[in-house]
Order: sequence, then structure tokens, then C-alpha cells
Amino acid sequence: MDLRVRPRQTRTDSEVHPTKSMNTAIEETVNALRAAFGDLPASEFRGDTRVVVSAEKIYDVLELLKERHGFDLLIDITCVDYLNYPGTKDRFGLVYLLAGTVANQRLTIRAFINEPEPAVRSVVSLWEGANWLEREVWDMFGIQFEGHPDLRRILMPEEFTAFPLRKDYPLQGLGERHNFPVLKRGES
Amino acid sequence: MAIADLMDQVVTTRLDELVSWCRKNSLWPMPFATACCGIELMAVGASRHDIARFGSEVFRFSPRQCDLMIVAGRVVMKMLPVLQRIWQQMPEPKWCISMGACASTGGVFDTYCVVQGIDRFIPVDMYVPGCPPRPEQLIQAVVDLQEKIQREGTMFGKEFYIASRQQTKRALQEP
Repeated sequence: MDLRVRPRQTRTDSEVHPTKSMNTAIEETVNALRAAFGDLPASEFRGDTRVVVSAEKIYDVLELLKERHGFDLLIDITCVDYLNYPGTKDRFGLVYLLAGTVANQRLTIRAFINEPEPAVRSVVSLWEGANWLEREVWDMFGIQFEGHPDLRRILMPEEFTAFPLRKDYPLQGLGERHNFPVLKRGES
Repeated sequence: MAIADLMDQVVTTRLDELVSWCRKNSLWPMPFATACCGIELMAVGASRHDIARFGSEVFRFSPRQCDLMIVAGRVVMKMLPVLQRIWQQMPEPKWCISMGACASTGGVFDTYCVVQGIDRFIPVDMYVPGCPPRPEQLIQAVVDLQEKIQREGTMFGKEFYIASRQQTKRALQEP
């Protein structure tokens, strides 16, 4: 038996898309975005394309991608706090992971936003599934989603006031976990 | 009937001891299982380890029917009010076993949302170390609790009031 390590077998683009390679399809989408919204920085990492847009245009970009380019599925919305991260000038990086289920494409849209009052327009009107995703980003990072139908905390208790995944929030909290009444014997 | 015959047929004891003896051999656990310790708790109830041998096999999911709360797993901020409410809903006399490292101290989860030991907020009778504890350890805790009930139990629960006065305050604030 041959036990040598072989390079991993991957399907080529032409196998996935007999007519059109994945990269050209994404390239066309990126070019269409650039035609509509100016020169957007884009990069590729291991076959996944990432486009950085400004926070004001994020809704229009996502709407265009959904309506015209077949990105009908919102995989996830998440956020990164770049406080004290070397070589960055913005505080928060919002990440929208999109997928097109018909053409089998994926695209990452990023937007950088800053304090005070980081806010972007909600995309619940485009994808219903964005509802809880945006609530989670609000809960953990305190980013306002304007136009969200029900922007409440989703993981932390309602009386919680901090945003725990921000880098300036201590891991062990600010004593919230011990802010409860103490029940003793004979009192309950 | 002669007095000598009576000695063979009658047992005299204290009423407190009799009541405690009844209580200790019929503990009804309330499984408050929030994490992997809950799986071990199920193993304790199952046939292999069989907590029925110690008279406490009737797991009830209504706190109104229980007198032993077994907290198995970590308790987070959002869960603690639920835990306290369930504890208050249990009728007296009642006892509590804190099962595993997380319930007793927070375990490895020293984070903003995990309560660092349920004994900060509700009274605990027995602590079971382990992550998760072996079923034998939990059975040992039940046996020890039975011993404790027999030793200091009273009919009207006087020991609970004594314990509440003696309860030392733990540091509730962060250092």
C-alpha cells in the first residue's frame, strides 16, 4: 500500500461549473459592484473573495448583490473588534457572508465602522434571517442596526448593560455575574 | 403481657430520629442538569449504578414534588434566577447537592456570564468534586447527605434555622 502523502484532490472550477469558472463569475460581480459604487478594494484568500465597502453603502451593496447577482442566502453576520490590533485604524469590522445557492458562489462583504455610536442600516428587509444575527452582533458588540424591527439582546440577560465581546470589556466581567440576591436557609 | 415480652417487641427512640430516618431514605431529587454532569446524573439513575439502592431514585421534574436539588453543571447569569426560583418552589425540608466543579466553583469557566459557584446564592449541603464526577461520587454524596440528615435532622427543621445563623458570608465581590 502506498502511504506517501499526496496533494489533496480538489475539484477544478470547470468541474463545479462546466460552463463558467467560479473565479470569473465572482470577478464579474466585483466589477459590477465597482461600476456601481466606485473603486472598492477587493482581495482573495484561498479562493474566497472579499470586498470592503463603506458603512453608508452597505445596504445598497447587499441589495444589489441579492437582487441582481443571485446572492439569495445570508450565511452569517458577525463582527471583529480591532481595538489595539496592529496596523488598523478602524474600531469594528462588520462581516457579511453571502452565498448564491443557484450559481454556488460565495462572497464576503466587509465594512469598517467606528465609535461613538457605531451603526449601519439593517438588512432584515432583504433577508429575514438577519434578524437574530443582527441582534447577536448588537448584544455582543453594541452595533446599532437602524431599521431593525426588534433590536433586543439575544444571549445576555435584558438587564445587562455592557457589550461583552468588545476588547475593552474584561473577560471576567464587571461584577454582573454576582449581582443577584442571596437565598439563605430558613428564608425561602 | 409481661414487661419482659414488651422489651422484645417495642423500640423506643426520639421522634426527631424517626422522622429523619424516614426522610433520609426517601429523598426525591430534582435534577437541575445544565451540562455534561447531567449525563453522569442520568447514569446514576440508570440501572448500572442505580441510586434506587439508596432510596432516592424518584427523579421529579416538578420542584413541588422534590426535596433534594442536584445542580449538575455550570449556571450562567441568565439561569441563576431560574435556579433560585426553583429552589424556592421546593417544599421544606430540602437539601442541595452541588455536583461537579462548575456548579461548585465555576470550574474552568471564569468568564463574565458564569456564576462562580452556586453556593454564593443558594445554600448547599454537599459538594461533589470532579469534572464530571463519577457516578460513585454522587452516590457517596447522597449517602453522606443521608448521614447528615440522620445526624442533625429535626422534625420541624430547626437545624435549617441554626444553619442560616451560622452561615458564613462568602466574598461576593470580585477581588
